[in-house]
Amino acid sequence: MLDKEGIAKRIAKEIKDGYYVNLGIGIPTLVANYIPAHIDVVLQSENGLLGMGPFPFDGEEDADVINAGKQTITMLPGSAIFDSAMSFGMIRAKKVNLTILGAMEVSENGDIANWKIPGKMVKGMGGAMDLVASAENIIVAMQHVNKAGESKLLPQCTLPLTGINCVKKIVTELAVLDVLPGGGFKLLERAPGISVEEIENATAGKLIIEGDIPEMDI
Amino acid sequence: MNKVVSGADEAIRDVKDGMTLMLGGFGLCGLPENCIAALVKKGTKELTCISNNAGVDDFGIGLMLKQRQVKKMISSYVGENAEFERQLLSGELEVELIPQGTLATRCMAAGYGMPAIFTPAGIGTEVAIGKEIRNFNGKDYLMEMAFDADFAIVKAWKGDTMGNLVYKATARNFNSVMAMAGKITVAEVEELVEPGELDPDHIHTPGIYVHRIFQGANYEKRIEQRTTKKRV
Repeated sequence: MLDKEGIAKRIAKEIKDGYYVNLGIGIPTLVANYIPAHIDVVLQSENGLLGMGPFPFDGEEDADVINAGKQTITMLPGSAIFDSAMSFGMIRAKKVNLTILGAMEVSENGDIANWKIPGKMVKGMGGAMDLVASAENIIVAMQHVNKAGESKLLPQCTLPLTGINCVKKIVTELAVLDVLPGGGFKLLERAPGISVEEIENATAGKLIIEGDIPEMDI
Repeated sequence: MNKVVSGADEAIRDVKDGMTLMLGGFGLCGLPENCIAALVKKGTKELTCISNNAGVDDFGIGLMLKQRQVKKMISSYVGENAEFERQLLSGELEVELIPQGTLATRCMAAGYGMPAIFTPAGIGTEVAIGKEIRNFNGKDYLMEMAFDADFAIVKAWKGDTMGNLVYKATARNFNSVMAMAGKITVAEVEELVEPGELDPDHIHTPGIYVHRIFQGANYEKRIEQRTTKKRV
């Protein structure tokens, strides 16, 4: 079973040379730590920055330089600043190659719910609805089951939706799965030490298993 | 074309109860701190505030919420504010949550003189309820209307007396799109300079969009999430 860092490490392998990537808050943010040095990637922060760098050194933080999670960050050489309208313009126009975000639920047809739990204080969708409605390549990083032990990979989402038919791939602590265009979670890889049966038991939606399922190489 | 006013009090002098205001900033970054302080002092009420976030309890729009000056917030994310939550749950405050890109682009549309935009954000979700949907090239889009705001209140890094503005780093965020979108746009700047001191090629907001400008004072520039690494 993978920890959060392990999930981030596995997702980092999906990032290709030359990609512009938007990382959501939570596990997706950790992915930046595992992008191999030889891969040329530019990180987009939807508050208006391309070229997001690591956290600043102590004492060098600048209130005017933050990421979409409101954390102080740095700007790498070659960075570009723009306003919020252009930021979502480049997302809508599909200039951002890969979007990685967290989720509360994903359905077998690629619907995603990640912004609202009825009965709880709703904080808002932020940029998530814009991202999932436009991005062509969306990877979800999440736990396979929720704190109550219930599967988060479902036939249909039960929570209010963020977007429909949009998730392409899911990486959890147990597995890597593709969401097929016709519906269904296709099992691609098992986490180290995890059996196919354990993944079946944790997946409520339609799980497609073809042939031997290899263990992740991370 | 001198747009200079004496300060925040004069800049917001005719903001009246019940008006709609745009307030620039993202989180606590790039907030028009002086104008917010002047609005709190003035005590204007029943305001509708269009702003990506709602500040925190003791900073940003949180200060106006505490004085019960806000009737409605139009935002994309309103996380970090206990008083906000209390007012929302008690029904004192109305909140309309909209996607961040939709929020920005509805500002942009106002500044570009376009009545509406089409965006895929929110299709298939509760955001789409009651809105017109159009299909272009096989994909559904929501029609979202340009904002209509009485005032846009923004913060820039530098500005000249003609109202030309330059923002710094990610403090540009919603400031430059909102600056274009107010019936009256008020800009507070950290440094007010004479015409000619800003390179025309580097202007982010042309002064035609700005009606009032002043040099602000005592910027606190609070940081919401101070994340750093140790020097090794």
